[in-house]
Amino acid sequence: MGGCAMTDPLLQVRDLEVGYRTGGVDLPALRGVCLDVAPGEVVAVVGESGSGKSTLAHAVVGLLPPNASVEAGSVTLGGDELLGRSERAMRPIRGARIGLVPQDPTVSLNPVQRIGRQVAEALRVHGLAGRRSAPLAAIDLLERAGLPEPHVRARQYPHELSGGMRQRVLIAIAIAAGPALLIADEPTSALDATVQKRILDHLETLTRESGTAVLLVTHDLGVAADRADRIAVMSGGRLVEQGPTGRILAAATDPYTRTLLAAAPGLVARPDTAAEPARVVVPARRAPTETVAAASPLVSVRGLVKDFPLPRSAGRGAVLRAVDDVSFDIGRGETLALVGESGSGKSTTARLVLRLADPTAGTVTFDGADVTGLRGEAWRALRRRAQLVYQNPYASLDPRFSVAEVIVEPLRAFKVGTAAERRARAADLVDRVALPESVLDRKPVELSGGQRQRVAIARALALEPDLVVCDEPVSALDVSVQAQVLDLLAELQAQQQLAYLFISHDLAVVRRIAHRVGVMRDGRLLEVAPTETLFASPREDYTRELLAAVAGTRARKVEVAS
Amino acid sequence: MTVPPLARYLVRRVLLAAGVLWAAFTVSFVVLYLLPGDPVATMASGGLDGEPVSPAQLAELRARYGLDEPFAVQYLHRLGAALTGDFGTSIQNGQDVGAAVTQALPPTLEIAVLGLGFAVVFGGALALLATYTRMRWLRQFLLALPSLAVSLPGFWVGLMLVQIVAFGWRLLPSGGVAGPASAILPAVTLGITTGALVAQVLAKSLTQALDQPYATTARAKGAGPVAVHLRHALPNAAVPALTVLGYVTGNLLAGTVVVETVFTRPGLGRLTVTAVGAQDIPLVQGIVVFAALVFVLVNLAVDLVYPLLDPRIATGVHA
Amino acid sequence: MTELLVREIATGTEAAAAPVPRRGGRARRLGRFLLHRPGLAVAVLIVLTVLVAAFAPHLLAPGDPSAGVPAQKLRPPGPGHWFGTDYLGRDIWTRVVHGAALSLQATVVAVAVALVAGGLIGLLAGFVRGWVDEALMRIVDVLMAIPAILLSLALITALGYGTLNVAIAVGVASVANFSRVMRSETLRIRQSVYVEAARAVGTRWYVTLRRHVLPNAAGPVAVLAVLEFGLAILAISSLSFLGFGAPPPAPEWGSLIAEGRNYLATSWWLCAMPGLTIAATVLSVNRISRALDGEWAAAR
Repeated sequence: MGGCAMTDPLLQVRDLEVGYRTGGVDLPALRGVCLDVAPGEVVAVVGESGSGKSTLAHAVVGLLPPNASVEAGSVTLGGDELLGRSERAMRPIRGARIGLVPQDPTVSLNPVQRIGRQVAEALRVHGLAGRRSAPLAAIDLLERAGLPEPHVRARQYPHELSGGMRQRVLIAIAIAAGPALLIADEPTSALDATVQKRILDHLETLTRESGTAVLLVTHDLGVAADRADRIAVMSGGRLVEQGPTGRILAAATDPYTRTLLAAAPGLVARPDTAAEPARVVVPARRAPTETVAAASPLVSVRGLVKDFPLPRSAGRGAVLRAVDDVSFDIGRGETLALVGESGSGKSTTARLVLRLADPTAGTVTFDGADVTGLRGEAWRALRRRAQLVYQNPYASLDPRFSVAEVIVEPLRAFKVGTAAERRARAADLVDRVALPESVLDRKPVELSGGQRQRVAIARALALEPDLVVCDEPVSALDVSVQAQVLDLLAELQAQQQLAYLFISHDLAVVRRIAHRVGVMRDGRLLEVAPTETLFASPREDYTRELLAAVAGTRARKVEVAS
Repeated sequence: MTVPPLARYLVRRVLLAAGVLWAAFTVSFVVLYLLPGDPVATMASGGLDGEPVSPAQLAELRARYGLDEPFAVQYLHRLGAALTGDFGTSIQNGQDVGAAVTQALPPTLEIAVLGLGFAVVFGGALALLATYTRMRWLRQFLLALPSLAVSLPGFWVGLMLVQIVAFGWRLLPSGGVAGPASAILPAVTLGITTGALVAQVLAKSLTQALDQPYATTARAKGAGPVAVHLRHALPNAAVPALTVLGYVTGNLLAGTVVVETVFTRPGLGRLTVTAVGAQDIPLVQGIVVFAALVFVLVNLAVDLVYPLLDPRIATGVHA
Repeated sequence: MTELLVREIATGTEAAAAPVPRRGGRARRLGRFLLHRPGLAVAVLIVLTVLVAAFAPHLLAPGDPSAGVPAQKLRPPGPGHWFGTDYLGRDIWTRVVHGAALSLQATVVAVAVALVAGGLIGLLAGFVRGWVDEALMRIVDVLMAIPAILLSLALITALGYGTLNVAIAVGVASVANFSRVMRSETLRIRQSVYVEAARAVGTRWYVTLRRHVLPNAAGPVAVLAVLEFGLAILAISSLSFLGFGAPPPAPEWGSLIAEGRNYLATSWWLCAMPGLTIAATVLSVNRISRALDGEWAAAR
């Protein structure tokens, strides 16, 4: 490893090997990892799920799960060896010299203890504050972490705070004892993009001020590009490449890093990537938009409203307006994307369009016919023309069904063909989504996430619908798999004039697939515009905020400027 | 309406408890009075083992107990009476059912409370120790004990305790109500199953709590294992254990049916066995409704403790 | 106490549904699975022995359970009478073996009553939802509020003595458990994305019920049925110990212990041996239930 040697690093990881023992089998998770972090430096460890990046982070703080074991190597912090220490000997290190910002803020705070006490504990265990002074010091820390009204927050319980505020509490805990190194394990991937940006900005200010080094673990190359001085790329338990951020982005040498770069949707629009798969489909993205106005739209939605009753505790007859006066059209063969953060009403809108939920007001017209009030058999007939691909490919397939059974289920429901014909059709569909025919007899558990999502797409296509609603179809997948699935969707659309209603929180993904984009917030559709127009000159302030929050934007700007 | 959530929660619980009691009365009425078999005939014969009585006597008995009226009328009569605390009179000796139950209660209460204490102390300690220790064999041994205990027939455990402790070692009396020492064996017999269940649930939820990311957060602060165990995991694990305790307390009372027979103690359990044997329907119904009352009160108390343990319950975040 | 055993199942069955693909490998896999778990293998052996005792008692104990040899009364366990003899000189092993049929029949009836009634209530409540669900679940709540053994005793008061009545009484008392598990399983599966996906591709509701809900709910309910089997053995033996089961000469397990009570001070084996048999059976059944609940699927 060439990039390994560094004079006087704060953290030094050498030839680290960690294995997991599951079901009597040893699985290597880290194979000979070498990494240095200099004082005050921000190093991002990037990789897909299963690459070993989280294992690396946890091995450094000695918080590996019980079935993991360190087999070789060394981890030193400021010259002190950390591996092989007892639980007791590790305690003066944790919190005091290494702070940890965990992954999911919603579950990382003790739900039955007040915020203030949890922050104060981080000081008290290291004897940095006494019984009297700790509560005040905790309030001070909360303020430094950027929480409004810290004295109020200190008396609240975690469930009374939003996800973003909870992550700030966790940051306050991590910096409490003034550690020299902060390990941030996917600190914001559970949060909305705009919140994510604000929190990462704040974390950056805090650590730059105090000169704290950061080991940032992330799956998002965009986040790494924006935040890190150096990037280390992991794959299959190995560190395949590391170097200064600029060099990795501009001139990565490792083929895996290059695939990751090409697939990273946030970094796609960079001018210097030559062989980039999404390019191929970009011209096709614009084509149908011009024809939309001419032909009658496939789907037309007018004044859609959906109210959900709130629990009685919120007051009598109180409702949550999830969708508020939404109108749009989808042309034949067109992709309309709806973007927005969680709770913006985009998924509810999709379900209303499919008539899987009943609108409170408004109409849905499908191919010229009003389908808003369809019931019984007429409702079922609509299923032949409008289909759905779910977000989570793990949950949307019955675990007891074989892939063939999953795919022919719609055909059985409408009694299309004989059993043999259906089987042949399943084979054909599996081929169309680029899976080998041998998967037909497998169970969903035996497939990877990307393969499962392909099966779900095949099922959606079985009845040859005109419209497929894709509800965050790639957000549960790794980036490189995301790109493949998006390409597949574009290809299928070109082949059979499919219209997509594409729901996503990820603007980078949307840019890749959509002809037109609608931005939703608090149940309202703020603006709809052709993709390039929206990205080039957004009309709404909120759209601009969303665009600014896309990870990787900063790196791109720097690059353009230089 | 601006009722604070906590008050709303409490009112709802109390109403629910009253509903359960009414329903328990109704269910026991349906079972005891509407099922096949002529209650008066069996009542009058002095149980299933006795001799039948003459038709004239039967009719007289029916009229006396109001059993010649339509069921709906009988039900309303009895429900009305029950609301004033009157559950009728025992067939066997004409004693008031309420009085019979209260009279039988003290010795039963003695072993039930003692048994509950035994269950909580030993079950809780076992769970804490099993989840705290890092010695694999000790942990597995401790965790195997509760599943062994719930597989043993309670009455047999009682008999074996009598055989070994009372007859073999001559340490404690084998039965009767002669001083506090005589309550120990019955209480232990009663508490074993309950304690095993408490241990199982507490150990399971402690293990789960220790696996939660907030436990990792605490460890990452530098907190020691005792602090993580007692300050972070236990308060979170206590809620499910308390729920179980609420449910099994009713069963603890019912367990006295067997235990009091084994240790030949007087009490509610023995009263039940003789009432069933004599098909003393009013008395059986009175006991069933009383057991439901105990269940309801205990669970009401548990519901009141919940919000103290978990702030999310009072604000209705999590049901 | 069944209540919380039930809860544990309902929450921990994510991976319960994982069938095995090929048949040839299945027997070999079962063999290897048992080999790694000697405790489970013993449990299976005990349950098999109990089943043989129930269906062909003469294979295990050729003698007559009610014929005693007065000269050999109250012999401790040893060669010839390895469970000992009782106060009439009857061989306890023979009586325990021949009692298995009675006790097991009662247990099967009890579990069947609970499974059918509870399963239907739970399925109806979970699938229909709305006020039907509310009404059924309130009834189930009440059944839970009355301790099982008291509910059984109330039913016996109304129905009268006898093995069958005891079995029905025990079965009715555990209806609540089955309906709760069945309901929560039905709800969980009904709300799962794959069931909505089935609806979204146009599958009719009854087809969804048959092809998705029932097969996926079957696993956890089967685990509960095995667990309830053990609990029913305990409940039935308690009731027959109290004397509400079959009349005296019948060698039901609970009544064997009741008979032995009077000789507790002098001849411990009269109580201990039938009791150990019950304990071993229940323990084995529980162990198998635990293995069905996840271990088998997890060991793939």
